[in-house]
Amino acid sequence: MNGRYESRLARDRHVLHTGGTPVVTVLAGSILPALLPIVAQTPLLPPLGFMIFIAWRLLRPDIWPLWIGLPLGLADDLMSGGPIGGAVVLWTLVLLGLEVESRRPFWRDYWHDWMSAALAIGFVLFFSWVFVRLAGNGGPLVQILPQIAYGIGLFPLVVRMCAALDRWRLP
Amino acid sequence: MAPPSNRRPGADRKAQYGLFVSYVIAVAVVAVGLLMLIISIADPTGFSALRATGSEVTRPVAASLKSVILGIGNADEAVSAYINAGSQNAALRRQVDANRTKLIEAEAIREENARLKRLLRLTDVESDTVGAAHLISSTAVSAARIARLDIGAARGVAPGMPVRAPEGLVGRVLRVGANTADVLMIIDDGNVVPVRRTKDNVPGISRGRGDGTVEIRALNTESNPFKPGDIVVTSGIGGLYRPNIPVAVVARLEGDRAVAIPLANPSRIELVAVQRPYQAPATAKGDAAAGDSPSPARQTTTPAR
Repeated sequence: MNGRYESRLARDRHVLHTGGTPVVTVLAGSILPALLPIVAQTPLLPPLGFMIFIAWRLLRPDIWPLWIGLPLGLADDLMSGGPIGGAVVLWTLVLLGLEVESRRPFWRDYWHDWMSAALAIGFVLFFSWVFVRLAGNGGPLVQILPQIAYGIGLFPLVVRMCAALDRWRLP
Repeated sequence: MAPPSNRRPGADRKAQYGLFVSYVIAVAVVAVGLLMLIISIADPTGFSALRATGSEVTRPVAASLKSVILGIGNADEAVSAYINAGSQNAALRRQVDANRTKLIEAEAIREENARLKRLLRLTDVESDTVGAAHLISSTAVSAARIARLDIGAARGVAPGMPVRAPEGLVGRVLRVGANTADVLMIIDDGNVVPVRRTKDNVPGISRGRGDGTVEIRALNTESNPFKPGDIVVTSGIGGLYRPNIPVAVVARLEGDRAVAIPLANPSRIELVAVQRPYQAPATAKGDAAAGDSPSPARQTTTPAR
């Protein structure tokens, strides 16, 4: 074995390192919009927390237990300012949907993953908007269309980031 | 490409049970989430302890970042301005013409004073500011237009209090934490403000459109009395917002309503003042009660639809 790789291969990783990294990245994605000193007049940012969440799920299909939507979705709800419980429901439904989808035996590639993510982002943003409307706030549907568009457009970038973190995370 | 899911149990009975339990748990999570959703939709001020924890955690970073960066929030505006440059230009030109809000406010107050003197020498207490605050962040992902202040219950801020900037009205406090408060901005669909035109006191209702503008509707709707360039200020009817706070300038007409641009652009404001809910003078209050307007106490608990 070349000495150059000894420090990086088959090292013992703490469970917080391997298991905690995805959780921390999703939380960071949820918190980021609440930290930015932007007073937005329209929904301005893509749903970064959810995008990171689903990027991990598509990279590593067994990474999330099905109950993870409760803590992570709740954290996202607290930060996003929408009605509490919305992300809990939607994220868990997306996990269940992907679970059903992954039982179908067909070949999956990059485009297939991107399309699944696009559908999931559209689904989550649309129903988040519905929940905000039910609470009596928000505006017309048109205003979330740009958000959906750049959510889908930026998704490959998020997957790249998660893949890089995945290499750092695993021994 | 992606490795197969480990959740295929095969013939292993124990694994099958485990899978079934995980589905049961997922359905339970959805049920719990729906329950929380119903509670928080029915009572927007609910879960305030939970929400306050979240906003208190992010407050230090958001507040310090705010002092570093100012004006990124105009990015969306710049993009949309580029797209509809023509109409935007016309609207902005009118807004620039009308932008001497201080003067307008002074004029409105002078006029109001004259009218009050004609009435029964009624006066109201002016110095009702609870505190000055910064807008430190907002719900940039959610469709709700809510901004966050860096002062809260510890400084006497309570739900329902009006928030204004020097330029004009910003919104009202929706919920408070110890050191933070969430403000429902006037550009949100859930925020209704009674207004009047400065020139001739035509009464109307302002309501957010969710895209950075508000729509003004006249109370008597035979025809649309508004014209581009008209300035509306709060009328003080129904309490909550004190009279003569500048609200918006009309940009264009759409049928029986007018689309107006708020005078206080929340993404450019630095300092805002939190005010006590306005109590209409005694005689006016009788009128307001007869006119079946919501009382300020009611508005603090339920959002105006």
